[in-house]
Amino acid sequence: MNRISDAFSGKKAFIAYLMAGDPSLAASAEYILAAQAAGASLIEIGIPFSDPIAEGETIQAASERALSAGTRLDGIFDMVGSISGKMDVPIVFMTYYNPVFVYGIDRFCATCSEIGICGLIIPDLPFEEQAEAKQIAQTYGIDIVSLIAPTSKERIKEIAENAQGFVYLVSSMGVTGARSQISSGLESFVDEIKKHTQAPVAVGFGISNAAQVAEYAKFADGVIVGSAIVDIIAKGKFEAKEKLQEYIKSMSEPLRR
Amino acid sequence: MDTTRFGPYGGRYVPETLMSAINELSDAYSYYKEDSRFQAELSSLFKNYAGRPSLLYYAANLTRSIGGAKIYLKREDMNHTGSHKINNVLGQALLAKRMGKTRLIAETGAGQHGVATATAAALFEMECEIFMGKEDVERQSLNVYRMRLLGANVHSVESGTMTLKDAVNETMREWSKRVSDTHYLLGSVMGPHPFPTMVRDFQSVIGREIKEQIAEAEGRLPDAVVACVGGGSNAMGSFYCFIEDPQVALIGCEAAGKGIGTDSHAATIAKGSVGVFHGMKSLFCQDEYGQIMPVYSISAGLDYPGIGPEHAYLYETGRASYVSITDDEAVEAFEALSHSEGIIPAIESAHALSHAVKLAKQMGQGALIVVCLSGRGDKDAAQIARYRGESLYE
Repeated sequence: MNRISDAFSGKKAFIAYLMAGDPSLAASAEYILAAQAAGASLIEIGIPFSDPIAEGETIQAASERALSAGTRLDGIFDMVGSISGKMDVPIVFMTYYNPVFVYGIDRFCATCSEIGICGLIIPDLPFEEQAEAKQIAQTYGIDIVSLIAPTSKERIKEIAENAQGFVYLVSSMGVTGARSQISSGLESFVDEIKKHTQAPVAVGFGISNAAQVAEYAKFADGVIVGSAIVDIIAKGKFEAKEKLQEYIKSMSEPLRR
Repeated sequence: MDTTRFGPYGGRYVPETLMSAINELSDAYSYYKEDSRFQAELSSLFKNYAGRPSLLYYAANLTRSIGGAKIYLKREDMNHTGSHKINNVLGQALLAKRMGKTRLIAETGAGQHGVATATAAALFEMECEIFMGKEDVERQSLNVYRMRLLGANVHSVESGTMTLKDAVNETMREWSKRVSDTHYLLGSVMGPHPFPTMVRDFQSVIGREIKEQIAEAEGRLPDAVVACVGGGSNAMGSFYCFIEDPQVALIGCEAAGKGIGTDSHAATIAKGSVGVFHGMKSLFCQDEYGQIMPVYSISAGLDYPGIGPEHAYLYETGRASYVSITDDEAVEAFEALSHSEGIIPAIESAHALSHAVKLAKQMGQGALIVVCLSGRGDKDAAQIARYRGESLYE
């Protein structure tokens, strides 16, 4: 199994998010491999959920499309299993907690380890509620990635000290979704986080253009792009591969310099 | 002891962007709960603005027509804005004001909680934004107008099923965008800690008054307290001070819609399973993959796919029991109370009444039943008329 740390070793990481099952699971498999080939160093696979409260309109709509297309958890596991032999970069799931909890945390993590998933990002599972899942995930070698927000302040120390995989620094308040501006003051957050952990820090939420990547890469170990990629797939549907690769190349290249 | 939970239920399952706001609220509530000036001001608002105490009314005609246990009605319908919702809204709005917040946001289903929140925002001179599913905006145009009249902005939510649960999603999203000056005035005993505890405490005035009033009228405790349950705030408020009185049966009535054997119901206890959603571990109507299912009830106030975590706990421990009441049964009770007592109940409250009528027959004469009449039914008149085949529109 690839490790999350592989994505950050000797380089800045470009982390790509896409929604499993949008427009189909077969297309998702193709796009995950395409993203890897285009330079993504870690791939977040979104599990669609009926009520994604941390997402903006772009990912909400992708979630609805995936569910309407009949995407189920078992199908996502099969899809990931079918490509895991071809994956040279680590893959993680981004999922709300309920699909994990209802499937059974143990059963979920066991399946993840079989198909090469090395981490889980669960936006509605804050530090205080992680114990139940962490204990089980650990036995399968799966990291639970924690998020830190601009309002986390006195919570940073505890979250960072217990960080697994990487720290997901939320660039701005609110929900996911492409924004054009560059958030200021993030550098001091990264400094603060790094006082308490060796884990790499990646910035996400609202990143869609190369200027943001260049700015954040000055102080962070990686950047996460979700909605902008989901939007390319939404527009290109089954024929998004070329545009997707072009975009990932242009966004990830500055990180390799 | 984990104060964020009721047994295994409850917790704080929210995005990190909201954790500081949740913790700030938790700390503020712990402080003001013990603050005598805060409590005195809230009591004064209850008395002078909401019109409390609400009456405990002996429904003599209804009792006579059944020929069983005596039925008392706790008249929350007579509060300002027409339902129990005002109790929680005044409590939270006062707390938000003390915390220095200047803006209230809230979800609403049928519009009762939205109207109550807009009312408090007007009273306390705060900004107010209400999130309401597009379907509900269309069905409840009168309440939308009321909220606007009171000075609130009403946002039509077009995501997901465009009903109450989506309105909650959108209000949480809005809160995560702007926490510093904004309080999310959640309308029921649900969501992340401290909401289930705090809302219960503000609503527990219902049960405390029942206890005093029934002692005065009958010289003893009731044998049963019956209330309808959507998220469960009027029920929790009615039950809370009787939990330590094991001789008092506590019965929650959820919406069976077209029947719990169909796909069209909102019977979370009867048909749901344990999950984590809207910030809490509790029972939810969901599929085998943890996707939240669409629910249905004739009553917009009970049309929610989950239930407050303390109810899940009272159910699990057996301290309270829960029954489900169909649309048909609720409409019958709606009509029966209107005819027999001249009181038009909210269709939500009619679910509790329907069960109380069954229970009164079973328990027989000499027994005492208190029903929480959580709201008034004027808002439902047009819909019930349509249900009975009359084409009446507001």
